[in-house]
Amino acid sequence: MSIIVDESTKLVVSGLTGREGSFHGLRNRDYGTDVVAGVTPGKGGQDVDGIPVFDTIKEAVDERGANTSMIFVPARFAAAAIDEAIDAGVETVIAITEGIPVHDMLKTYWKAREAGVRLIGPNCPGVLSPGKANVGIIPAQFFERGKIGVVSKSGTLTYQIGNELKQAGEGNSTIVGIGGDPIVGSDFIDILKLFEQDPETELIVMVGEIGGDAEERAAEFIAEHISKPVVAYIAGFTAPPGKQMGHAGAIISGSSGTAQAKKEALEAKGVRVGTSPTETAQIAVEVLRGG
Amino acid sequence: MVLEIRGIVRAQHYAKRGPAAPPQPIRAAPAGTVRRRGRSLDSLRAALAPGARRQETMDLLEYQGKQLFAKHGIAVPSGRHADTVEGAVEAAREIGFPCVIKAQVPIGKRGKAGGIKLAKDEAEARTHAEAILGMDIRGFTVYDLWIEGASEIAAEYYASVVLDRGEKKLLAMLSRMGGMDVEEIAEQDPTAMVKRHLEPGKPLDAELAREIAREARIADDVVDAVAETLVKLADVAVAEDATLIEVNPLIVTADRRVVALDAKVTIDNNALFRHPELAELRDRSSEDPQEAMAKEKGLTYVKLGGNIGILGNGAGLCMSTLDVVAQAGGKPANFLDAGGGSKADAIVDALEVITSDPNVTAILFNIFGGITRCDEIAKGIIEASQRIEIKVPLVVRLDGTNQEEGLRLLAEANLPNLHQEKTMLGAARRVVELANA
Repeated sequence: MSIIVDESTKLVVSGLTGREGSFHGLRNRDYGTDVVAGVTPGKGGQDVDGIPVFDTIKEAVDERGANTSMIFVPARFAAAAIDEAIDAGVETVIAITEGIPVHDMLKTYWKAREAGVRLIGPNCPGVLSPGKANVGIIPAQFFERGKIGVVSKSGTLTYQIGNELKQAGEGNSTIVGIGGDPIVGSDFIDILKLFEQDPETELIVMVGEIGGDAEERAAEFIAEHISKPVVAYIAGFTAPPGKQMGHAGAIISGSSGTAQAKKEALEAKGVRVGTSPTETAQIAVEVLRGG
Repeated sequence: MVLEIRGIVRAQHYAKRGPAAPPQPIRAAPAGTVRRRGRSLDSLRAALAPGARRQETMDLLEYQGKQLFAKHGIAVPSGRHADTVEGAVEAAREIGFPCVIKAQVPIGKRGKAGGIKLAKDEAEARTHAEAILGMDIRGFTVYDLWIEGASEIAAEYYASVVLDRGEKKLLAMLSRMGGMDVEEIAEQDPTAMVKRHLEPGKPLDAELAREIAREARIADDVVDAVAETLVKLADVAVAEDATLIEVNPLIVTADRRVVALDAKVTIDNNALFRHPELAELRDRSSEDPQEAMAKEKGLTYVKLGGNIGILGNGAGLCMSTLDVVAQAGGKPANFLDAGGGSKADAIVDALEVITSDPNVTAILFNIFGGITRCDEIAKGIIEASQRIEIKVPLVVRLDGTNQEEGLRLLAEANLPNLHQEKTMLGAARRVVELANA
């Protein structure tokens, strides 16, 4: 097992004909992901290195059995592409695109919720289940198959921690980048629930950052609903108050939303919090082996 | 309610950061009335944190916000913009006396800093404009003034529409305790701040707005006008792609009109392609030389004042890098997120910005490539070293996509003063050592 993506994933890539879309779409296929189609309006009938391209996601679902959509289209069209994927009947939409207007995402978030479609992102690195499927831009070579589930707001920080785990000899069930935008389709709690139910996952690493209150909410949820050990890392201890650090919600004012406040909220619920990515990986390994 | 003519000493709505500002009525309130000038809903806002994405959000200056309100039919005092003393005097003459001369900077405590003054006549208008223009208010230089008629205030309310990222809905808030330390009041008396979420994708329902106003115990005769204003504020949020619209105070004038006496508007920069007129707005007051340069080059840069220049890719990794450098005993000079998919040119730009800060004594590149390719980063470093003179040591840690190629390019280039490190912690320790050498 693993969560969200695995051997049964049949991926349609919106924006496969674009530069980044083709680079990463083909990398995903090379990794072993079943990339069944690409979608670019007006380019139906073409192919990208053998992957058929359709004008609409619906055609990709009907003709190729796509069940998962990856969004790689420019920001101003991305919410519409997610909406299209929801309407086309896929189970999961993974939106990599960054820079989608937040008011667009407000509407799209609720559309996905109402349709019962799992939306990951936007502005996220995607989801990787090592040895099974990679959907997105996560460099898979830094992750091994294993027992640790990772859920993270930050892409690069996720790679960093995954790499540290690998060096310590541990691997991952699934790595989920939920994205750092103000409105993301799935938050920590949504993913924690999935990891809790996943038999392959024995420990969960949660990577947060300053801003918002998703970590504080997750702390409450963990205390009540998660039986597996959770280890956390929070970035932004040295971020100066009031400075925008350029990520969603990464604005601090007062004490709420600070790295310290998040750390304390998590520790109050028994979650150990590392002070660096390295220490976080060390704690995870220690807990996994000790418990 | 105390009736007083007062300059609008409302520093606090820009006060995302500071503690409460003391009361600063220009004409003192009658004895026995205490007027506290506090910060607005700082911690609530932080919890909701309508966010800056990679390219951050844009806080409009008060007058820009008011012009936006006026465009959407929300009553604001008539006012004029000026950026010279003569312009301010002329504006004051046109507005009539008494009027208020207000420094336009995106920061709180403007009044306390002397940036908001009541002018009774032309001579006073001139004196105040001369004093305020060019003034430094908590690191922001005053280039812009807003001159508006002083308002007769019968009541002060608080109104806002903010993106609640936790609930994924817009949240309308209203209190009859505006102007004061609403946050503290809301904490002590939860009924003092009425909050209602908007239905996703729908405007604020007029009947719901009236319900909010009644529940907030707004004076009966202005319930409709306040409700209507709240509906319009929600419309502004959606129409203008704002993540925060805050009016504190929303006043009732002596003749019972409802007027927005201040405006705090935060625009989602990701939506600026839909708002060319907003995209053109500039706030010159806040520009540090490096930050201005970075903005021009489209980089996400925040100056932090230390001596170790930092470049990372991804906001999370950048923040983590700052933390790790601080743990190693170093002082970061800046935060610079090269972003996803950085090309060589972006790296050259980033190095130009970082090295233009005279305090920088060493630079750390911490890259873990996903969408970013390490070979592009390496090419950028090599190109930068040819185009600009980098006098300080550069510690580079490259991991991720196309890492081998990147490392090979750097090794071949054999740049002087470039130090490669394999791990983030090792790189942090090395750069601290070199910076302090």
